[in-house]
Amino acid sequence: MGERRDITLTVNGASVSRDVEVRWTLVDFLRHELELTGTHVGCEHGVCGACTVLIDGRSARSCLMLAVQADGHEVTTVEGLSPAEGLSPLQQAFVDNHGLQCGYCTPGILCTLTEFLETNPDPSEEEIRIALSGNLCRCTGYQGIVDAALAYARSNKGSAE
Amino acid sequence: MSWVGSAVPRVEDPALLSGKGRFVDDLQVPNMLHAAVVRSPYAHARVRGIDKGAALALPGVHAVLTYEDLPEPFRESRLLLLVPNPAIRYPVTYYTLAKDEVCFAGEAVAFVIADDRYIAEDAAELVDIDYEPLPMASDCRAALAPGAAVAHADRPDNIAADFPIAYGDIDAAFAGAAHVFTESIFAHRGGGHAIECRGIVAAHDPVGDNMTLWVNTQSPHMLRDVYAKMMGVSESRIRVIAPADVGGGFGPKGMYYQEHFCAAAAARLLGRPVKWIEDRRENFLSTYQERDQHWDVEVAVDAEGRLRGVRGSLIHDAGAYLPWGIITPFISATTVPGPYVLPAYHMNLTVVFTNKVATTPVRGAGRPQAAFVMERLMDRIARELDLDPVEVRRRNFIQPEQMPYSVGLVFRDGSPVVYDSGDYPACQEKAIALADYESFRERQAEARQAGRYIGIGLGSYVEGTGLGPFEGVSVKVEMSGKVAVQTGAAPQGQGHQTMLAQIVADQLGVKPEDIAVTPGDTGGVGIGIGTFASRITANAGPSAQLAATGVREKLVRAAAHLLEAAEADLDVADGRVFIKGVPDHGKTFAEIATFANGMPGFSLPGGVTPGLDETAYFTPERSTYANGAHVVEVEVDIETGAVTILRYSTAHDCGAMINPKMVDGQVLGGVAHGVGNALFEWMRYDDDAQPQTVSFGEYLIPMATDVPRVDQVHIQTPTPLNPLGVKGAGEGGTIPAIAAIAAAVEDALSPFGVHITQTPVTPPYILERLDAAKRTESLG
Amino acid sequence: MKPAPFSYHRPESIAEAVAMMADLDDAKILAGGQSLMAMMNFRYLAPDHIVDINRIPELTEIREEGNTIRFGAMVRQRDAADSPIVQARCPLLIEALSLVGHMQTRNRGTVGGSLSHLDPSAEMPAVFSALDAVLHVSSACGEREIPIGEWALGFMMPNLEPDELLIGITALCWPVGHGYAFLEMARRHGDFALAGAAALMTLSGDGTIERVAVALTGVDTGPVRLEEMEAVLVGRKPDRALFADAAKAAESVAGIEDVHASRDYRRRLAVVYTRRALTLAHERAAQGRP
Repeated sequence: MGERRDITLTVNGASVSRDVEVRWTLVDFLRHELELTGTHVGCEHGVCGACTVLIDGRSARSCLMLAVQADGHEVTTVEGLSPAEGLSPLQQAFVDNHGLQCGYCTPGILCTLTEFLETNPDPSEEEIRIALSGNLCRCTGYQGIVDAALAYARSNKGSAE
Repeated sequence: MSWVGSAVPRVEDPALLSGKGRFVDDLQVPNMLHAAVVRSPYAHARVRGIDKGAALALPGVHAVLTYEDLPEPFRESRLLLLVPNPAIRYPVTYYTLAKDEVCFAGEAVAFVIADDRYIAEDAAELVDIDYEPLPMASDCRAALAPGAAVAHADRPDNIAADFPIAYGDIDAAFAGAAHVFTESIFAHRGGGHAIECRGIVAAHDPVGDNMTLWVNTQSPHMLRDVYAKMMGVSESRIRVIAPADVGGGFGPKGMYYQEHFCAAAAARLLGRPVKWIEDRRENFLSTYQERDQHWDVEVAVDAEGRLRGVRGSLIHDAGAYLPWGIITPFISATTVPGPYVLPAYHMNLTVVFTNKVATTPVRGAGRPQAAFVMERLMDRIARELDLDPVEVRRRNFIQPEQMPYSVGLVFRDGSPVVYDSGDYPACQEKAIALADYESFRERQAEARQAGRYIGIGLGSYVEGTGLGPFEGVSVKVEMSGKVAVQTGAAPQGQGHQTMLAQIVADQLGVKPEDIAVTPGDTGGVGIGIGTFASRITANAGPSAQLAATGVREKLVRAAAHLLEAAEADLDVADGRVFIKGVPDHGKTFAEIATFANGMPGFSLPGGVTPGLDETAYFTPERSTYANGAHVVEVEVDIETGAVTILRYSTAHDCGAMINPKMVDGQVLGGVAHGVGNALFEWMRYDDDAQPQTVSFGEYLIPMATDVPRVDQVHIQTPTPLNPLGVKGAGEGGTIPAIAAIAAAVEDALSPFGVHITQTPVTPPYILERLDAAKRTESLG
Repeated sequence: MKPAPFSYHRPESIAEAVAMMADLDDAKILAGGQSLMAMMNFRYLAPDHIVDINRIPELTEIREEGNTIRFGAMVRQRDAADSPIVQARCPLLIEALSLVGHMQTRNRGTVGGSLSHLDPSAEMPAVFSALDAVLHVSSACGEREIPIGEWALGFMMPNLEPDELLIGITALCWPVGHGYAFLEMARRHGDFALAGAAALMTLSGDGTIERVAVALTGVDTGPVRLEEMEAVLVGRKPDRALFADAAKAAESVAGIEDVHASRDYRRRLAVVYTRRALTLAHERAAQGRP
């Protein structure tokens, strides 16, 4: 049994206290200990972005963080981005624009876009593509994802005016 | 209205978008243990001994399995070879765990089972294996040289198979040719690299000796059948379930692997469920790839550039084993003629063992390489005869009035290859119109004035899709009134659930979202083949239609009794069967199903069959051929070799479309994979057959910044071979991409006379070719 | 791909951290973790101790000190890019940071972490080389300052003893309105550069080059500063031919080789990017000239 530590953090708005092994990655902790299996593991070396979550509102690779490092922080996963009923406007934009196929990379992409579209609510296609460059998708060719982000931004702009 | 043909939202999406997908690693089975694999670090070695002591001594470790610990049937038999072929000289596949010889770096030698994956990996490092390194075969051409090191110690050479694929009078074709052009082509093809790696959960019930395997496989029935055969047990004892969600397949997940049998053996031995999830490094080391082909080809044409014959040789790097036989090079060689009238053809195939992971089909399955070869020849003819590349193709296309067109080739089951339908010239015309091809030369001249090198390239293809023999679908109206559909076909993101729901919805008058589709479970449908070769819509689609039609008939027949009406007077809509024109006078599906499911002691009236379910297996007579054309515009930085794709246009014909949006998605994803193959993806091995690209930082799959926006147009030439008129759409986006992109690069660099004969077309390669062209220039 | 077991330590001050580093055998500093964690997941590294310096407030400051900016080693790349001080005084760093990994890795990755990891193709070492940076290193025995030119001792080997901690970096600011450019060739957006160049330039009133600095990445184990070329350029009137000619100096770099590119290819890129960075820096210097 490896070294352990008690940690307390906020996950999707709720306080969570656990005794964790210090070598556990954050993604393993979220998936296997908290059973938040919406966050996926794709490469465990920080390239594919499938494990992207929000740490204090900023997107980050949860395979490149230890669970113990999240102590005292606020973690948001795809489950936390989802309303109790139905879909969020960004999620709905993915349905409308065929922004997913197998859906494995999708939760990470939603986390990335959540941060990106908050900081850049009216992005160009090129800016969206650069923001997405840290999330690999093998199914869609990205076009549906880009279109979903553009559609979401447009509809927000429309409702703001 | 008809659901078929409309872009309905996918029924798969809501769960996947809200983190409620169910992938294999999401399964938590009580009492489950976790496995890690000990893999050979050597490309070729003899295993002299294995010391498990230290690993077993680690707290939390339950077992370390080696070859000796496997159940007897797994020791006696290697994994079965799928699709045997008489041309194979040495039909060798893997043992479940290496016996006494490892033949590639990454081969599984021991299987460690522990309380969690962390401990399993700790223990895997402690398994002490005594290897005696052996000479290895790395490059497939070098492996053919006399005296080359052999990939399998007991073999005289590295030839796995050596045979011709041919038709027509090739000698006459060349003897009478106005021109003959020769090309030497290296086509490297990367792997599938789904973002979800492979995985399995195996659970054994010792009471009934039943095995359940949850596997993210494209072919649950195939895995079940192979496992049953190898173990010598009844198929009914084994249930293989592809979880509701599988994170991409692209070919490699269609196969069975060492770890599937290891996990099953471990679960049986330990009496506890065992989970093994492949990590990314293992994916690079052990998941099957496509890799290297070397083609030496020549083409004979008449004075107008019409094809007379193509001949040459293909050397294919098979890797160490042949789990899927020699199907990839076979498909490559039979795809070369493509959409063109090619009177004579002769290709010698040499399939070569090397000490690398095995090669099996990846999206496109050997076809992108074939299209690359044929389209390179087309471009060569154009250049030599000073014709527009579009015009050369126009002169050579099979014309729509020639359909059905017998190519001259023989399919793998011995039947002749016959293209069923398609309008290849129209497809190219649509693509070049979409790409604004006519104005390109003007744009190119302007760009060159400004010091920019842009180029345009095109490629067409024909793809055999929807190959049989069948894929079954069961449709059932349950007593709850809900419609349940089951199929053996396992999806990996294509949207099979939506596609089948659309077809069934049309027959039963319900909405697609009200139909529960459960795919990929051998417990749901008795027999099945698998999801590969762009075959599901063309096989399972018609099966769903047949089954749903049958259920509709049963509904109407039973309702006719309940309503005391003639069947002809009834209509089906909104989950009810009712008297035409009098929607209030009817019965709900629930009422009808309850009636049809019977009551003890009450006989069913004549003509009413028990239950409202039907299983259908549509069996296509032969494959149906999809086709398409791509046009690509690129810019090349002549100082660095960097390539930017400026514009990408496709015309695609997969027959009738069930869901146009999903077809678009298949093409887009296929193009992205093709962009990867054309510019980025390269699984490298060094001279010692050690893999050099075992991470996503080293093996480059395209990002959102690398894949262009794709403009698409569709032609729908329905196939006469199935009642829906559908053809496959899963691979067409990938097949001509390499050819078109390479041609565009070559065109951009035409002022320098650069000739592209390799894929991927990397920046250093482009500079090499520029240098070579400049050298030729200065010599001339 | 799970890390091997280790002991975890979480100091809250520099003093506590360096005391730990003095005490512990086989300890590794965990900064942003964007390289170290991957290497631990692969088990390329399996240290006995991890000293996590993510909770030391003194390491996260960005301070303008006269003509310099001092970065705490734990300043996250994202925060450096967002910093008004950096935006005003050091646009070169902003331009380079947009090419460092991706949004998600910049949110965690640190300036000091990148310099300590010292990937030969990383952007940060070249930027700080062009900025004549000084690195501040601390241990239980005290502090020392290391000029950036003496930072790289070998392949991924910074000038750091096992018990030392990089605590900060001081970069020399250039005058407001100076020209700058960071350009690189990477296979994909955010990948490590096959080769890249950082350039800074100011012009005299007559349009001649007053001051210039060029540093390369991806061509040697550490950043390569082209000092001889800089000396040749000072006082010259810039034009295309001058930059094309001067950039040939980059041909003499050692070059490194990996699966993506040969030594020769990288040398060629070095020349191209030197010229392009000089050209862009000059353009900007000309625009910014009062």
